[in-house]
Parts: sequence; structure tokens; C-alpha cells
Amino acid sequence: MTTQAKTISECGSCATSCNTAHLTKLGIKTGGWDYVVALAGNPNTGKSTIFNRLTGLHQHVGNWAGKTVTRAEGAFTLNEKKYKLVDLPGTYSLLSTSVDEEIARDFVLFGKPDVTIVVADATRLERNLNLVLQILEITDRAVVALNLIDEARRANLTIDERALARDLGVPVVPMSARRGEGVTELLNAVESVAEGKFPARAHRIKYADEKLEKAIETLAAELRAEFADLPNARWVALRLLEGDESIIKAVRLNQLGTVKEAGIFPSLVQIEAN
Amino acid sequence: MTLNKLKPGQIGTVKELYSKDSERRRMVDLGILPGTRIENVMPSPLGDPIAYRVRSAVVALRSEQAELIEIEENI
Amino acid sequence: MPSNAETILETAARLRRDVGGNLHDRLTEAIYADAGKIVARAVSSDEKSNNRNLEQTFDRLVTSRWFGFPLMILLLTGVFWLTIAGANIPSAMLGDLLQGTVYNWLHTFAAALNAPWWLKGLLIDGVYLATAWVIAVMLPPMAIFFPLFTLLEDLGYLPRVAFNLDRLFKRAGAHGKQALTMMMGYGCNAAGVVSTRIIDSPRERLIAIITNNFAICNGRWGTLILIGAIFIGSTAPPALASFIAATSVVAIAILGVIFTLLVSAFLSKTWLKGEASSFSLELPPYRPPQIWQTLYKSIIDRTLIVLKRAVWMAAPAGAVIWLMSNIFIGETSIATHLITFLNPFGLLLGLNGVILVAYIVAIPANEIVVPTILMLTLNMAKSGLAQTGVMLEFDDNAQIQQILTGVGGWTILTGINLMLFSLLHNPCSTTIWTIWRETKSLKWTTIATILPVILGIIVCFLTATIARLSGLI
Repeated sequence: MTTQAKTISECGSCATSCNTAHLTKLGIKTGGWDYVVALAGNPNTGKSTIFNRLTGLHQHVGNWAGKTVTRAEGAFTLNEKKYKLVDLPGTYSLLSTSVDEEIARDFVLFGKPDVTIVVADATRLERNLNLVLQILEITDRAVVALNLIDEARRANLTIDERALARDLGVPVVPMSARRGEGVTELLNAVESVAEGKFPARAHRIKYADEKLEKAIETLAAELRAEFADLPNARWVALRLLEGDESIIKAVRLNQLGTVKEAGIFPSLVQIEAN
Repeated sequence: MTLNKLKPGQIGTVKELYSKDSERRRMVDLGILPGTRIENVMPSPLGDPIAYRVRSAVVALRSEQAELIEIEENI
Repeated sequence: MPSNAETILETAARLRRDVGGNLHDRLTEAIYADAGKIVARAVSSDEKSNNRNLEQTFDRLVTSRWFGFPLMILLLTGVFWLTIAGANIPSAMLGDLLQGTVYNWLHTFAAALNAPWWLKGLLIDGVYLATAWVIAVMLPPMAIFFPLFTLLEDLGYLPRVAFNLDRLFKRAGAHGKQALTMMMGYGCNAAGVVSTRIIDSPRERLIAIITNNFAICNGRWGTLILIGAIFIGSTAPPALASFIAATSVVAIAILGVIFTLLVSAFLSKTWLKGEASSFSLELPPYRPPQIWQTLYKSIIDRTLIVLKRAVWMAAPAGAVIWLMSNIFIGETSIATHLITFLNPFGLLLGLNGVILVAYIVAIPANEIVVPTILMLTLNMAKSGLAQTGVMLEFDDNAQIQQILTGVGGWTILTGINLMLFSLLHNPCSTTIWTIWRETKSLKWTTIATILPVILGIIVCFLTATIARLSGLI
């Protein structure tokens, strides 16, 4: 159904017309898109506000965890490219076995979105980094939306986003979605990652434990040999070492390299206003 | 001592988790690990649950959960 | 199936044994170790930030032993009082406009077209009047209540409510997050049912779904506020009337919470027994709500949706009421037949036949219960109050009270029991359908629908009996 057409040459030709960000809010589309973008993050980080800003939908947003209870899809156009945005359930981690975490994990791992936006709450950064770092183990093509930056200012927190970007190896965009600050910058970052213009060198977690580190590398090497287009062999290796049943099954059934359409996930539901 | 003995306003350092399975995973995901700083922010009006600050976030835990976390009080 | 995959899995199994257990711990430890270093490099904070301290003091206050619950109740009462007091004048104005000016204009227009009496009756006196009534009476309170509630929600206060109430829910064998889904139900029970998805365990989720009905939804607030003002507020001196009315509504809300806990306890000990699952509730920092944005969005989003629902539900109901009142079997209308038939049962419950018929008509949407009751009451009277199935223009609660007590024979017991029944009757059809969609279980949907009605019948019967036996009525 879809073509994940991303060609550098295509974009090279539009350099002159890329001067102004051209944003069209399309609401929900059923048809073809150029890029798939996943929206992940801890619960209660303003993820839904960002979703609304990008797609023009009007889910009501409240300030307590667990508000986004289904997965929503939306779309937007930027510089004549159509982006499909999938809002994943808010999760603290991708390592546990709750349904929400599996949905989020499966989408990022198997759905292979072109870009994953990880929303982090600037006032609770350390805890949020748990999910950010895990996502960076799975995919290089990510953007960190450092949301609620106005709240951080209010709490007298200063965040050096360049140091963050350096450490994480992906673009970090400070923003306040509810005030509309940083949305353009976020879109630009998403575009540059989607079109492969951002050199991806995501942070990799190193394990102090020698034995563990070695085991991961051994398995990862075998995985890379068998599944050529696997970008996150280390992650898969880790899950195998942990005995994650669904990953074991995926390996056995050779499903790891599959690009699954977002539409195949049965419980993706579109949220109408309220 | 276990976490449930920590008084409001006091800070401790986590030493060990006694919980298992999904309960343990949840604690660990929230960042409650050996060496983590944890603070009793405030108890609820009925005494339980209690709000704790851990790794820049505030999480409420019930006493039976706090009983399974061994801490050392920071003086 | 490539044999290589199996080889890999065998290697994995071997290494797994080598590496040892508790991998999740070690992984997360490594992650947080990195996170700590990254944060240390990127984030600096000024410890003496005044904002944090102020918020923390406030937080400690609203969850404190002495002030936590009183403040919560005070806050709720404040919201209801603002709603009731603030809605009076707009309701009167809308009533004048829609049921006076526009109504007359419609009749003039219809007469000019020489429309037949039954068409005029059905469309103007039935469909239009019912819709006009709902808008005039329901829209102003909703336009005040919802923004206020949404502001509280945006502020971040709701998790504190869950925090305060959790111990009660734990004792009732329910999941801590049920407090949150219950909150959601105060807006709309269908939305409350959907929000139970945040509860993973199916058993605890069912308990949350079944008890969500005891959170008084949007559609029922109107009824409670109106009846509370008419029957209970009016017993107080005028200066205190609004306040007393608000208190009575809050009392019903608290009763709803009590029922939620009792029914949860019952369910968790009998039909839905099982283990309590892991609990965690995060208390996000308070966020100052963006007041204008919230007001704008809230009024547009929620109130218009309620409006739309009222029109879709009220219009056909208006038609049904008019038809029921104007189609005769023998000497009496269908409506009168039904009312007379149900009246004995109604009286037993401290209600009456009109109320029961109105509740049946109002299964699609709770908002229309009161206008239906008024229309049917007037029809029953047929005492020179213009044609049947038509409502007069009502400016204020005093007139409504006059109709209910004078024409309908209501007593304060009827008023109180109506409020109780409003709390304890079946969910509206949208909610029933949502429960079905979420649970895919005919059995549990039926239980969720019937259980509240049975409770309502029992409670109303008990109050009526006690009131009568003790000579109060």
C-alpha cells in the first residue's frame, strides 16, 4: 500500500523551495504517505498536545497520566511530503510486559517508522531518559522533543540542549507545545531525520559487566549475519538474553526484518474530537 | 530499614528491593534501584499511599509496596 | 524456517544461562547510570526556586490529614455553587428566547403556511420544544461546569484526588486508578468507561466499568441541580438557597462515591474475586492552566458535543412524547395509559408513573428527563393549560416547582427520590453500547446495565417506606 519513498536526490532538488516551512494540517488521511512518524514518551509529557499541534486534531488533553488510552493516527504535510503520525501509548519503559509497552515497542521495532519522536518532560528529565535511551537502542532515527520547557524555566531549571544532543546523538528540540513554541523547529528536525540529512549516531548503552557485554556482542553478530537489514541487533540480542517470548517468536518465524504497515496493527483507533 | 518507615521530609538511599516479578519491574522502571536517592514528600490524608520523589519525579506508593524496599536513611 | 534462526536461539539460551538472571535490573541500572550522567552534564537548577516551594506547600495542604478531605469537598461544592448560581440568568434568557420568541414565531410561520394541526404539533410542540427546553436549561450549567472541571484537570489536581481516595479504593479491592476513571465519569460515563483502559487487569477493569455509572455524568447534573434547587434549595432562606442546593447535589455525589466503593467491594469479594495488581500513581507537577485557551476549547469541545447529543436525542424524544400524548386508545392517550399503569409501582418507590415513563423515554440521554417529566405532567393535567403535549414558557424554578407540586402532586420525598434514582439508574444507551464495545461480553454488559437499576429500586423503596412509616410524609 505505501511507499516509503525517501530519496536524497528528490530533496536535493527542492532546496530552493524549502525556504519557508509549509505546513498543512490534514486531519486523518487514509491514503498514501511519504514518511511514518511515531510519537512516543512517558505518560503526561504533553505528547497529545504535540500530536494535536502537528495534526490539527482536537483530542482533549488533561494533566494526568494515562490519558491517551488508544493509539491515534493523524497526518500532516511538510514541504509537499506527507507524514503519517502515530501516537503511541505513554510508557515508562519498553522492557516490561504490559500491553501498552508491547504496543509501543512493537511499533518502533517492527513498524520501523522513519522517525520516532520521543517526548520528554523537561522538568522530569532523568526519569524520562529511561525511555529515550531505550528507544535510541532500537532506532537511530529519532528526535527528542524536550517539552514543557516553559515549566522548566518556571522551576528555575536550565537545560543545555546542545549538551543533551551531543550526549544522545540525535536532535533535541526544546519546546512548549501548549504555547506553540518550538513546533517549527520540531518539524524541521523531523524532516531532516526523515530525509536522512542528520548523521545518526545515537547513544549506545554500555554495560559495565564484561560478561554481559560480550554475550550481547556475540548474539548481535550472529543476528546481523542472519538478518541483514537489522538496525538494532544489540537490542534484539538483549531481549533474547532476557528470554522475551515475543522476540524469540519473531526470530523463529523470521519476522524481524519485516516492515509492517501501521494499518496492520489491529487496535489503531482514530480518536474523534472527544 | 524499609521505605515505609521513612518520615515525611526525610531522604534515604535505596539498598535493596525485595519485590519480585511485575511489581519489581515496575519499581525498577521508575528508577527505584540500589543507590537511588528517594525522598518522602508527603503522605495522603488517610496515611496511605505516600508520595515519594525519585529521579526528579513524584510517585505514590502504597505501604505494602514500600515495605519491600530496603533503604538507608541519609543523615 | 531457516535453521540459522534456531541456532541463534540456542546460542541465546546458552548465553542466557551464563549471564545469569535479573537482567532487567542490570539493564535498567545501566540505563539510569547513563541518564544520571547525561542529566548532570545538561541540567542545572537553582535550588532556591520559590515556585517549587509554593507548589509543594500547596500540595502538602491538599493532601494533609486535616485539610485534605475538607478542601476537596469544598472545592467540589464551590464548582457546583458557581454552576448553579451562574446558570440561572442565562437559562432564563435562553428560555425567553427559544420557548417564547422563537416558538411563537414558528407557530406564526406554520399558520401562514396553513400547516395541519398534527404537523405543527409534532414538529413545533414536540420536536422543537423538547430541543429548545434542553438547550435553555442544560447549556448554561454545562458551559460553566465543564470549563471549571477542565481547569482542575489541566492544573493537575485530579491525581491528588486519586491520591487522597486510594486507601478507600484499596480497601474496596479496587485498583488505585479507578479513582481516575471515576473522575472521568463525572464528565461522561461513556468516556469514563473507555478510560478504564488504563487499568491493565481485566478483573479490576470490569469493576471500574460497572461502578462508573455511580459517577454522575454531565447529563444528570442538570437534573440534580434543578431538582436540588427546586425542592431542597427552596426550603432554605433565599440568601442561602443556592448554597443549600449545591450542598444537596454534593451530598448525592458523595453518595455516589460511597456506592462506588461499596459495589466495588461487593464485586471484588464475590463475582470478581482475585489478586490486587501492582499499583503506581504519578503525581505530575502542577501546571498553571492556560485559562483562555482552556475556556475556549472546553466550551467548544465539550458543550457543543453535549448540545449535539441533546438535539439528536431530545428531538426524537420530543416527537415520541407528543405522539404518546396525542394518540388515543379509547378515551385516553397512550401516555396516560402508560403513566396510569406504572403509577402504583412508581408510588411504591416514592416516585410516580410520570417519572417512570420519563425515565424510559430518557434512556438515550439523561438530559431530557426533567423536560419530559414536565411535558407529561402538563398533559396529565389538561386543565386549561393550552393544548396537550405542549409546554408553557418557564422563566424560573418557582414556576417549575408550581407545576410539579401543584399539578403533579410531588412532595419533597418525590424530589429526593428522583435525585436518588438519578444517581442509581441504568446507564444511558451510549454508555451501554460503549460497555459492550469495551468488554465484548453480553453477560457483563447486562450486569452493568441492570445492577444500578436494581439498586435504585431498592434504595428508593427503602427511603419511601421509611419516610412514610415515620410519618414524615
